Amino acid sequence: MNVSIIGLGQTEVKEMWDTSIRHLAWYAIEAALDDAHISKVDALYVGNMLSGELSQQNHLGALVADFAGMRGVEAVTVEAADASGGMALRQAILAVKSGLVETALAVGVEKMTDQTGSAVTAAMAYGLDADYEAMQGLTLAGMGALLMRRYMFEHGLDVADFAGFSVNAHANGAANPLAMFRNRLKPERFASAPLVADPVNLFDMAPAADGAAAVIVTSREKAMDMVPQPVEIAGSAVATDTIALHDRRDVLWLQAAATSVQKALAQAGVTTEEIDLFELHDSFTVLAALSLEAAGFAGRGEGWMLARDGEIGRNGRIPISTFGGLKARGNPMGATGMYQIVEVARQLRGQAGECQVEGAKVGMAQNLGTNGATAVTHILRVAE
Amino acid sequence: MEVSRHWRLQAQRYQLVGETCDSCGVKLFPPRDVCLECEAPAQELYTFTGLGEIYSYTTIYDAPAGFEHNAPYMVALIKLEEGPLVTAQLTDMDPSEAQIGMPVEMVTRKLRTDGEEGMIVYGYKFRPAVKELTAV
Ligand SMILES: [Zn+2]
Repeated sequence: MNVSIIGLGQTEVKEMWDTSIRHLAWYAIEAALDDAHISKVDALYVGNMLSGELSQQNHLGALVADFAGMRGVEAVTVEAADASGGMALRQAILAVKSGLVETALAVGVEKMTDQTGSAVTAAMAYGLDADYEAMQGLTLAGMGALLMRRYMFEHGLDVADFAGFSVNAHANGAANPLAMFRNRLKPERFASAPLVADPVNLFDMAPAADGAAAVIVTSREKAMDMVPQPVEIAGSAVATDTIALHDRRDVLWLQAAATSVQKALAQAGVTTEEIDLFELHDSFTVLAALSLEAAGFAGRGEGWMLARDGEIGRNGRIPISTFGGLKARGNPMGATGMYQIVEVARQLRGQAGECQVEGAKVGMAQNLGTNGATAVTHILRVAE
Repeated sequence: MEVSRHWRLQAQRYQLVGETCDSCGVKLFPPRDVCLECEAPAQELYTFTGLGEIYSYTTIYDAPAGFEHNAPYMVALIKLEEGPLVTAQLTDMDPSEAQIGMPVEMVTRKLRTDGEEGMIVYGYKFRPAVKELTAV
């Protein structure tokens, strides 16, 4: 793609009552600029889903550029529900690839805790079909539950069969100092957690929280001169599906996820066997299973078996959620996709600390909007 | 405040008015003007029978604003007898009764309220079927 990552930044993921959305974005941007040893970029893409609803603040491009000391720079908000973060990186890559922008910064930021309770639950459902899903009282958790119930029905599973995904996420989150949840989860406790939307429970659904993460990209040639360890963008692809689950030809097949993976693999010239780790969108365990199937790591109805068989751990066949994933690192909706990119890049730099997947050379990140109505897939590679 | 938004959907909310595609004959709900299957124009109105079966379902405990007083409540994917799935609440039944494949029929009920003096939105929900499925 001739585009490389030269800077990474991220904040902790948690409830930060004393931190505003502009500060959150700035902390991630400041860290990324420091990491790249630069003070300015040529364009700024802000991935965000909910600032208008929860903080009465739109126009984040100008706000964040202003607050980050980049007044005058081209800046805009990118929104694709909880795929906003990955989509912001996509826009930064397109800008650099076009040649019109030399260095671009993508930051994902979400401030969930300016409101609480039912207002947040309603806002999180804004990525669904408002007229035909949310008006029926469907929530994001409800959407996950409809998928999970049907998956259990078709494949003869119980709730406990999904435990391996959350156990793995928490085990990895325990080793990530920035993660929201750093406690290990006992498999036997998984199925008995309080219900959010039956059969989805608190140990199944990723927790919403505040957070921001940022990535700086530039051309490969320029990156080589700027930083010792540039990470190449080897593949970048986006696909969409019907916004409502009820309009899918096949509810249990994430077509947009599959299409974007196929495109990204083709761009990178690699096969799934060459992917050393996969940061997938585990907002619900069933989405982790369906994402593994759509990407080709498991056959249809068999994604859950990878969790059961320990194949998704740090030393397994396909490590996922290596810093805790959405489930344990936490899910700041519009920032989540950017955390995934930062995490994959840290793995490839060998800077993942206790979370390190040994010898990782090629990593994939996939950010989904709600039920996979948007799928953004990126493949990163250690620069040769 | 959002009156027009709900008013313009009354044919869908009260009567399940969707569309038939002239090209491939598929029936569509919600209506969408461009056929989901063949991408031809689909603008011929069709009123669904309101009969179908449960395809998947959930009981929602963590309710969004406007639905708090209903919680817990059930939402399902209903497979209508004409083919399409529709997202709708289940009513007149206990969560323990629900199962995939259960025959249900459409009824009109209160969907949500915006506070004591706010607007009340009515629309379709589904309850255990009293009528037999008709042959389509
Ligand atoms: Zn058609």
